[in-house]
Amino acid sequence: MAEPATAVVADAPLREHRALWTDVWLAFRKHTGALVGVSVFALIVVAVLFGPHLHAVDPQYLDLGARNQGVSFAHPMGTDNLGRDMFAQMLAGGRVSLAVGFTAMLLALVLGTFVGVLAGYFNRLDGPLMRLTDLFLALPLLPLLLVIIMLFRDTLRAAFGPESGIFLLIVFVIGVTSWMQTARIVRGEVLAVREREFVTAARSVGVRERRIITRHVLPNVLSPIMVSATLGIANAIITESALSFLGLGFPPDFPTWGRLLFDGANFIEITPARVIWPGLAISLTVLSVNYIGDGLRDALDPRLRGR
Amino acid sequence: MDTRNRGGNRRGTAGLPMLAWAVALAACSAEDAGVAPGDAPPAAAPNRHLNILYWQAASTLNPYLSGGTKDIEAASMVVEPLAHYDENGNMVPTLARDIPSVENGGVSADLRSITWTLRQDVNWSDGTPLTAHDVAFSGAYCMHEEAGCNSLTAFADVERIEAQGDHTVRIIFSVPKPFPYGPFVGSTTPVLQKAQFEGCLGVKAQECTEQNFRPIGTGPFKVDEFRANDVISYSANEGYREPGKPWFRTATFKGGGDAASAARAVLETGEFDYAWNLQVEPEVLESMSAGGKGEVLAAYGTLVERLMVNHTNDDPSLGPERRSLYLDGANPHPFLADRAVRRALSMAIDRQVLVDAGYGAGGKPTCNVVPAPPIYASTANDECQTPNVPEANRLLDEAGWMRGEDGVRAKDGVRLSILFQTSTNSVRQGTQALIKQMWGAIGVETELRNIDGGVFFGGDPASPDTFQKFYADIQMYTNNFDGTDPEVYLAGWVCDEAPGPDNQWLGSNVPRACVAEYDALVGELARTAGLDERAAIAKRLNDILVRNQYMIPLIWRARLSARSMSLQGVRINAWDSELWNVADWHR
Repeated sequence: MAEPATAVVADAPLREHRALWTDVWLAFRKHTGALVGVSVFALIVVAVLFGPHLHAVDPQYLDLGARNQGVSFAHPMGTDNLGRDMFAQMLAGGRVSLAVGFTAMLLALVLGTFVGVLAGYFNRLDGPLMRLTDLFLALPLLPLLLVIIMLFRDTLRAAFGPESGIFLLIVFVIGVTSWMQTARIVRGEVLAVREREFVTAARSVGVRERRIITRHVLPNVLSPIMVSATLGIANAIITESALSFLGLGFPPDFPTWGRLLFDGANFIEITPARVIWPGLAISLTVLSVNYIGDGLRDALDPRLRGR
Repeated sequence: MDTRNRGGNRRGTAGLPMLAWAVALAACSAEDAGVAPGDAPPAAAPNRHLNILYWQAASTLNPYLSGGTKDIEAASMVVEPLAHYDENGNMVPTLARDIPSVENGGVSADLRSITWTLRQDVNWSDGTPLTAHDVAFSGAYCMHEEAGCNSLTAFADVERIEAQGDHTVRIIFSVPKPFPYGPFVGSTTPVLQKAQFEGCLGVKAQECTEQNFRPIGTGPFKVDEFRANDVISYSANEGYREPGKPWFRTATFKGGGDAASAARAVLETGEFDYAWNLQVEPEVLESMSAGGKGEVLAAYGTLVERLMVNHTNDDPSLGPERRSLYLDGANPHPFLADRAVRRALSMAIDRQVLVDAGYGAGGKPTCNVVPAPPIYASTANDECQTPNVPEANRLLDEAGWMRGEDGVRAKDGVRLSILFQTSTNSVRQGTQALIKQMWGAIGVETELRNIDGGVFFGGDPASPDTFQKFYADIQMYTNNFDGTDPEVYLAGWVCDEAPGPDNQWLGSNVPRACVAEYDALVGELARTAGLDERAAIAKRLNDILVRNQYMIPLIWRARLSARSMSLQGVRINAWDSELWNVADWHR
C-alpha cells in the first residue's frame, strides 16, 4: 500500500500537473467495455429524448385497423393487440423508465451514502444507524409499498396530477427502500479509510470533521458508491415495472419498459417483438450503465489506474 | 419483485444483466410456477387420473363458508345439492327423486312450502345412508345467525326446514315464494352430513377445519388430501350411487397461476385436462389452441361485464365520512348525477370493438344487466349496440357541457374528467384503454387505474381500493347470478343496499343510485308468482337500471374454459358448477 503512494509523490515534480478528473478520464478511455457502455447508453438517451420528435406517433393512440402488426415503415417495431405503435411506446416508456431509474438511484445513493458515512465515521452513530439499516432491510418491500402508495396516492394525485404525482411517489418509494446496500458498503469502506494515515494527519492538524469527510473520506469511497449507483438504476427500473404490474404504479395506459414487457408476455408467440424490444432495452441500459460503473471504478482507484 | 438481496456484488457486471432477462423470462417462469407436472403421464392403458387447473386456488371445501367460485366448484365434486341446473339452465334432480312443482304437488298451492323426496339409494362416502335429517341440518347450519353463511340469500324467507321421515323434507317459507328453489338447488347450497358437522354450528363453523377441509359427501369423489390455497387430491367414491361411475379413479384440483398460464397448460403443454375461466385475449387463445391438444369451451350464462357509475361524490378531499357515501341523496356526484352525461358516456362506446379486441367468441355486446335466460332478457335497450358519437356530443352540448381549450368539456368549473378503475387483467386494461379513447371523442377526459384483483374483490373494509368502497367515478367488473331466477340479484340494487360503514361496506348497490320506483318494483317481484308476470317485472327492473345508466352493460361474457382433446363427457355449464357432471367425464 505504501509503495505506490511514495512512487506518486516521487514522480509528481517530474510530471505536468494534472487534475484528478483528467487522470480518471485517461484511465477510463482505456476501458473498452466502459466506452462501449457510454456509447450505447448515450444512444439510448438520445433516442428517448429526441426520438418522439422524429417518430411523431401518439403512443397511446389505438388504431384498431392495425392490431398485432409486424414490422413496417409506419410501425418500425410493429403494433400491440390494441393497435398502439410499439416504437412510440418504447420511446415514451424509455423516458419514464430512465427518469425513474436515475432519480430513484440518486435518492437511494444520497441517502445510503449519508447514512453509511455517518455510521462509519462516528462511532456513536454506528450502532443506531446500522440497526435502522437492518430494520429497513427486514421490512417486506411490497406490503410496505402498498401501504405507502395507498396512503399518499390521492394527496399527491390532487397536488401534482395523476402522472407527476405517481412519478414522485414511485421515485420516493423506490429510493427510500433501496438505500440500505449502499449504506452498508459505504460504512465498511469508511471504517477502513478513517484509520488511514492521511485522515489521522488531517485530524492532527485540526481539520474539521466535515472537511475531513468531504475532502478525504468521500473521494476514497467513491468507487463502491459508483457500483451501487449502477446496481441501483437497474433495481429501480425493475421495481417500477413490478409496481406497475401490480397496479400500484402509473396508470395502465402509460407506457414504461417494465409494463410493456409484462403486457407483451402473453403475446410472445404472436408478436415476439413486444417482449424482445423492451427486454432488450432494459438489458442494454442496465448492462451499459454497469460497464460504465465498472470503468469508472477502475479509473477512480489510484491503485488500478495506469495499469 | 424484491431484488434487494442481490446487491453487495462489487464487480457487479456478471450478475446484473441477468436481472433484466429475469424479467423478460418472468412470463415463462411465472407460468411454470402455477403448473406442477401432471402426476402420471398417459401410458398405453387409458390414464384414469384427472387433472383440473383453477388458477385461483381453493381455500375451503365448505361452500357455505366461501363466496369464491373456485371453492364452490372444488367442493361440487364431493358434496351435492338436491337438484342441479343443467347446461341449459333446467333443473335436474340430483339427490332428490324429482323436482317438486305445484303440478306434482311438491309445492303447496299457497306457495308457502316445498316438499322434496330424496332418492333412497344414496349413501355418504363413509357408507352411512343419506337421510332427510341431513338436509334439515344443512339448512339449520347455514341459517344459524352466527355462522356467517355465505349462501344465506338462498335461504331468504325460510321459516323452518323439517324432516318428515327419513326421505322427505319440507321447507316452509314465511311468505308465499313463487320461486321456492333457493335452498338446495345448485352447488352453492349442498347437503352436508349431519354426523360430521353436528359440532360445527354457529360460531364454531369457521373453526371446524377438519370438517371444512375434508367434508364427507355423496358426490362421485372423496377428498384424500386438502392443502389450502394449493392443491386438492381426490379419489373415486366407491359407493357412488351410479354403478361404474366415476370413470376416473383419482383426481387433482390444482390452483394458482393466472388465466393465460392455465390456458397454456391445457391447450399447449397438455399437462392438465381442464382449465377454468380463461379471460385471455382471443388471439392468444386462438394461437394456443392451434396445436390441437385441447379446445376452448364457451357457455353463456348471466355474466355481464359492466361499468358501474358512481352517483355519489368520490372527491378524495371529502374524507371518509362523506366520500362515496349515499347520505340519503345529499352527496351527489358533481357531473355523473347529470343523466345527459351518463347517456352520452354509454352512447359513445362501441361495444363490438370491445368484444373484438378482448373477448372474441367469448363475448357478445349487450345492453342488459340481465342478459339471460331469454324470457328475462329485455330488448328495450338494444339501440345501445350501435354507438352514436354525434348524438352523444349533441346531448352534452345541449346540457351545457362545453369544450374547453384542451378539448375537455366543462360546465360551471366542473370538468368531465373521469377516474376509471378496474381489476388487473390484460383484457380489462385493454378495454379500459379503448373506452378512454371512445370517451375522448366526446370531450371526456379519463384517467385509468388498475387494482390487484385480490384487493379489488377482497372486500376488506379497511382498504380504500375495494369495488364496494368505489373511490372512483366509474369502475368495471363482471357480475352474475346463480341459477336462473334474477330476483335476489335485482333486489341487490335497492336504496338500502348502498355500501357504507353501517353495513361494513358489504351492500350490493354499488352505484349508490336510488329510485323509489325501482324499490317498489322489487317488492312487487317478490310477491308475483306467474313466470310471465315475473319476467315482465324483471325486464322493467333491468330497464330502469340500464336506461338511467346506473350501470352501463358492455359485454355478455361466456364462461370460458378449456378441455384437453382426450377428455370426453364435458358439458360446460353456465348455471351451476362447471364440474356438475364430473361423474360422467372419461377419456
